[in-house]
Amino acid sequence: MSLAELICPAGMPAALRTAVDAGADAVYCGFQDATNARNFPGLNFTPDELAEAVIYAHAKGTKVLLALNTYPPAGKVDLWRQAADTGARLGIDAFIVADMGVADYIAQTHPQVRLHLSVQAAASSPEAIRYYCENFGVKRVVLPRILTIPEIKQVRKEIPCEIETFIFGNHGLMVEGRCSLTNYLTGQSTNMDGVCSPASDVEYKRDADGTMSSQLAGFTIDCFGPDEKAGYPTICKGRYTAPHRSDAYYAFEEPVSLNLSRLLPELIDAGVHAFKIEGRQRSKSYVRGVVSAFRRAVDDIRAGRSADMADLVALTEGQKQTQGAFETKKWR
Amino acid sequence: MTVLSRLPCALVQPLLTHVVRRIAARHPSLFARLGPHQSTDFLIDPIELPFALHLRPDPEALIFCAVPRDAAPHPGALIRGKFMLLLELMDAEEDGDAAFFSRDLEVSGDTEAVVRLRNALDDVDGSIAEETAEMFGAPGRVILARLRRNYPTQENGTVAP
Repeated sequence: MSLAELICPAGMPAALRTAVDAGADAVYCGFQDATNARNFPGLNFTPDELAEAVIYAHAKGTKVLLALNTYPPAGKVDLWRQAADTGARLGIDAFIVADMGVADYIAQTHPQVRLHLSVQAAASSPEAIRYYCENFGVKRVVLPRILTIPEIKQVRKEIPCEIETFIFGNHGLMVEGRCSLTNYLTGQSTNMDGVCSPASDVEYKRDADGTMSSQLAGFTIDCFGPDEKAGYPTICKGRYTAPHRSDAYYAFEEPVSLNLSRLLPELIDAGVHAFKIEGRQRSKSYVRGVVSAFRRAVDDIRAGRSADMADLVALTEGQKQTQGAFETKKWR
Repeated sequence: MTVLSRLPCALVQPLLTHVVRRIAARHPSLFARLGPHQSTDFLIDPIELPFALHLRPDPEALIFCAVPRDAAPHPGALIRGKFMLLLELMDAEEDGDAAFFSRDLEVSGDTEAVVRLRNALDDVDGSIAEETAEMFGAPGRVILARLRRNYPTQENGTVAP
């Protein structure tokens, strides 16, 4: 049975407390290093902060999930193992992992702690998901954002674990966990260093007419007119010229956020166990607004009422939202 | 440089110095999140006010002063927007990414410095603005209320009720 748990972002201790107080069933967070995919400057938790956060969350009945969802470079696994040992010692409720070696270490060393398979593992077929369940005891899979709801329903019938889907936030899907675009320009790896478009390589330049260009490692990746809404400075959401187009266009993806608030009943019906809100890099204001909005919506649906959903478009990237592949594979 | 821009700077400067030292003393964890950018010069530019604010968040030599725009130091990072938006960003009442998406917030210079400052402020519990007002008792609360009336909140970046 779908419990429709609300899994909420917690980039820092104050955001974690905000998410817990706003009604999160679980929060997910990471350490201040490359072991997680939001290794941003000034973000994340020290072990001492995580210890206090676990106590705070558990006192209010909220679970804490620790993201160890990057890939260790070959032969350099110590950081991930130490993070797993620390998380287990602090009493976190589950690890979110992508790498098989990390999954295997935790399954062998901390078998009492649940394993969730990160979206970074890009496991979207029943065969792939079953492999992780059978070999590492994975209890939940976070599905890539490439499946329709009927496909999710079919996958659910063929796997022995829970399903978690993103319902709100950044909509950067590519082949998750495999994207190397940042590496080409900056030399840093999204999947191993945990940072896409590192802030140290990002620069915004504004012309006298109000036009703003965003640059990564000296390369212009987008240019916004004076009244045009902006997006994140990621290569996948940049505008480029190409031989077959005379104008610059979004060649890969567009600056737009996922918002599945209207599809929650169908997702529950499809057997989705948990709903994930993206945004550990966002503010307490975002966490408070989005978590409380979805808390009310999920509670309404559970009580048999139609969901009273707040308008969240002001918090979306480019102030645009989509239901993406969940609605149709022809969303672009 | 005009007398009109120098006068408000001189008036607010003693208050700014007092406020920033008290805030820094109450929230020492701010500095850890700033990392190497404790020595970065930030220029915070509230577009409706007759001056900008120069911040160097070095715990050993804290600087927070009002400066006429034409006499401002060349900043490592610039943060520009309406006064109330900047105040609410400081208090985590507004989301910085949303304000950036809507183009209400402009940043330039060292982006990592801006991200670290944003994260450092966002991890503070409670309202720095109200904490500041409380330092001055009833007059402080009146001034804050008047500022909020005179410089209305941005509509962009807020969550509809």
